Amino acid sequence: MTTLLLSVQNINKRFGGLQALSEVGLQIAPGQIYGLIGPNGAGKTTFFNVITGLYTPDSGTFILDGKPYQPTAVHEVAKAGIARTFQNIRLFGDMTALENVMVGRHVRTKAGIFAAVFRTASVKREEAEIEDMAHDLLEYVGIGQYAHYTARNLSYGHQRRLEIARALATEPKLLALDEPAAGMNATEKVELRALLDKVRQDGRTILLIEHDVKLVMGLCDRMTVLDYGKVIAQGLPQDVQNDPAVIEAYLGTPAH
Amino acid sequence: MDIFIQQVVNGLVLGCIYALIALGYTMVYGILGIINFAHGDVLMVGALTALSAILGLQYLFPGMPQWLMLVVATLIAMPVCAYLSYGIERVAYRPLRNAPRLAPLITAIGISIILQTLAMIIWSRNPLIFPTLLPSSPIDIFDTGAVITGKEIVIIVLSFVVMVGLLLLVNRTKLGRAMRATAESPRIASLMGVNPNFVISATFMIGAALAAVAGVMMATNYGNAHFYMGFIPGLKAFTAAVLGGIGNLAGAMIGGILLGLIEALGAGYIGDFTNDIFGSNYQDVFAFIVLIVVLVFRPSGIMGERVADRA
Amino acid sequence: MTNPSEVSATASKAAAANASGATAANSPSLAPVNKKWLAIAGFVAIALLAPFIAQTFGGNYWVRILDFALLYIMLALGLNIVVGFAGLLDLGYIAFYAVGAYLMALLSSPHLTTQFAELAQLFPGGMHLGFWWVLLIAGPVAALFGVLLGAPTLKLRGDYLAIVTLGFGEIIRIFLNNLDRPVNITNGPKGINAIDPVVFFGIDLSRPQELLGVALSPGLMYYYLIMVLVIGVVIISLRLQRSRIGRAWVAIREDETAAKAMGINTRNVKLLAFAMGATFGGISGVVFGAFQAFVSPESFVLWESIYVLAIVVLGGMGHIPGVILGGILLVGFQEFLRELAEPVQKMLFGQVYIDAEVLRQLLFGLALVVVMLYRPSGIWPAPRREDRPVTRTRSHTSRLEGGA
Repeated sequence: MTTLLLSVQNINKRFGGLQALSEVGLQIAPGQIYGLIGPNGAGKTTFFNVITGLYTPDSGTFILDGKPYQPTAVHEVAKAGIARTFQNIRLFGDMTALENVMVGRHVRTKAGIFAAVFRTASVKREEAEIEDMAHDLLEYVGIGQYAHYTARNLSYGHQRRLEIARALATEPKLLALDEPAAGMNATEKVELRALLDKVRQDGRTILLIEHDVKLVMGLCDRMTVLDYGKVIAQGLPQDVQNDPAVIEAYLGTPAH
Repeated sequence: MDIFIQQVVNGLVLGCIYALIALGYTMVYGILGIINFAHGDVLMVGALTALSAILGLQYLFPGMPQWLMLVVATLIAMPVCAYLSYGIERVAYRPLRNAPRLAPLITAIGISIILQTLAMIIWSRNPLIFPTLLPSSPIDIFDTGAVITGKEIVIIVLSFVVMVGLLLLVNRTKLGRAMRATAESPRIASLMGVNPNFVISATFMIGAALAAVAGVMMATNYGNAHFYMGFIPGLKAFTAAVLGGIGNLAGAMIGGILLGLIEALGAGYIGDFTNDIFGSNYQDVFAFIVLIVVLVFRPSGIMGERVADRA
Repeated sequence: MTNPSEVSATASKAAAANASGATAANSPSLAPVNKKWLAIAGFVAIALLAPFIAQTFGGNYWVRILDFALLYIMLALGLNIVVGFAGLLDLGYIAFYAVGAYLMALLSSPHLTTQFAELAQLFPGGMHLGFWWVLLIAGPVAALFGVLLGAPTLKLRGDYLAIVTLGFGEIIRIFLNNLDRPVNITNGPKGINAIDPVVFFGIDLSRPQELLGVALSPGLMYYYLIMVLVIGVVIISLRLQRSRIGRAWVAIREDETAAKAMGINTRNVKLLAFAMGATFGGISGVVFGAFQAFVSPESFVLWESIYVLAIVVLGGMGHIPGVILGGILLVGFQEFLRELAEPVQKMLFGQVYIDAEVLRQLLFGLALVVVMLYRPSGIWPAPRREDRPVTRTRSHTSRLEGGA
């Protein structure tokens, strides 16, 4: 019925002696929040890195928005429509929050070096648009008044939101968040959840790696659980939650 | 085949010298991840110190056998260089351990300039004659038509002795174990009770001592010493270290000898290959071309790089 | 329920934000904004009058010093794009200076036509393309060299990048030094002389001229020419800094992986940095060739690359006014030392222990070490941004569904 936004199948990735991912696949429908969970070392970030072009898989197919998708060069990924955040926040520390988000606009704008040097009217217009949109995005994620703060001076929670704003600036089809709630306290998590809900309501699709099971259960429409590089469960949150294989992976013993 | 053997001999001598210098670079890079830009100039200080020592010995003990003078002079130059290198690390590198990568590189360049100008002031701006204390009359090598001199034989043999000594040090002693551990992961090593600063200082000092020996060899081989004698050989030796695999001791040795051979054979044959368009005056270019080719096509070098995991 | 002390606190914060020039339109106090423009105006005035002052008090020698200072500043601004903006440590930058200088030398001097009879036939009057044409050609040619020399370095880490660029610089110098055999292209270590001077609307800048009764020496005229070019370079640098490409450069400098993840083609953007820096270097070289009327490989040794890098790093990496200051300080200090080093030593010690030249190098090395240890961002780095909250009036409706 709905065309899938992202369909990934048979991903395999080996690092030397370690099979980091084996036959991993998942399917994300547009407008969903899709969760990817699993114990530490299960391969979640590896999977992320594969779909965002940082690692080349040994095998596997991707279909993004109905078209085959070959994530070879990292920078082409954003162009194709997948924007990501990083587990350990990779902002441009010396730039302001505003400038960070403006960099996010790079992939959808086109002023090159000659344009920069001659600064024609259309270039000035594009710059104004970039700046306006960056301000809008900062307000959207709730840190509008910190636009001129140096990124590394922001609080941890604000930095995470800034990273999301920056990713949104690329106008992604799929927003891929790698543990966005890591290190957040309970209040911040509630705010993050509200933000992600808002993003989903505005029509975006989100792929989410998270450790906080409660957050993920309440938020996600569908989930995949990885363990030791393999998919051990897939489906609706409540089904996954009660899946014995999942429980065993997390707790180690079968639940009674 | 006419000049081949000769160029191989020349290359071997050159290569041994490069190997000794390359070891210093590779050890420092293996632990700290920085290029000790001033290393070549430490070599220069070693050569000039040895020269002064020789002149002093000639004045004080004119009857001393020449080879002994050379040995004593080298033994004087080695600790001088070791402490110099220790000082450089303390002053220019240690405070910048956490600074962006540009900073220690700039200070290293600064130190290099300081050493060169101090050498100009203390010794001279002009090349100084380094006395020939080893036999330098050519010895025919069987029927090949190539010749080798006594001093070249000494250089080759001594280099191998030193290299073996270093390998023994690194593989069989406690300090060597500590060095290897720190080179793999300074943090874990320190958890095992190794003092990384001590190991780093020791690494600089050992590398400098080797450079001093290399400096004396260079000065003996070419018959002169001057303030700029260390810089270009230093760069080439760094190329050799990369060629062999940075951080890898055996790699530095092999890379050094290999680079020496490439340079000597290249300089010898380039005229033939290019119909005399390019002559041996392009010799220095070889090392740079090797560097670029290695870094572009096989950056981990021949034997693989070993750099500390400083996560 | 707002608290009265909160209200007054926010009010005074707003007033402070206004006063510092954020919205200068209807604020009562304009003092800080005025001060800045006053300083700039003063600086420009001094810059315009400098050669006359130098000529009066020091003669032609000092005017030429100013000319070289401007050339170094232009070089440093070019290198600033590569090192300061994009964070690419180039230790072989002087190669582009050499490209420009030798282009001028080859295309606008008697050398090639004396060496090659075929060319002499093609150009019966000699090859005298002239400064302006060479300037036009030098930009793209230097940019091409920038791309060629930059391309192999794209995947290299900082230290390796430095060494490889150093190697390229040396390779170019060695070629320039040796391309006099078997065909004499560059005339080797002897260099090429009798290079055509700049001719501006019929006025030969290498001959003394007179304008409205004022005597204009060649040094003086070249000063204004170079200054115009420097101003052009400054304007272009400022525009680049605040552009999409400029932001991409800083992004790469800060975190290359994140930059790639945001869709920046880091390979192309880095090559653009090399090309742009090389263009400025090449243009400076053309001016140098015309100005000095003589080029030789001696002018393009590694030391020069290090010198230009020092201007950028010591002056203030990535900060255009800092780089200009760095150029003025380094060249000024060098000349100052040259003038005084020996007389002062004679005065204090009775004899000269250290040559001025050697002393200058020694202090230069010390300066590099000391500045890196104590002021690693340079003498005049980019000013720390004030972290102030933003109050922004929306100029149009938000493009995002739902708004904020």
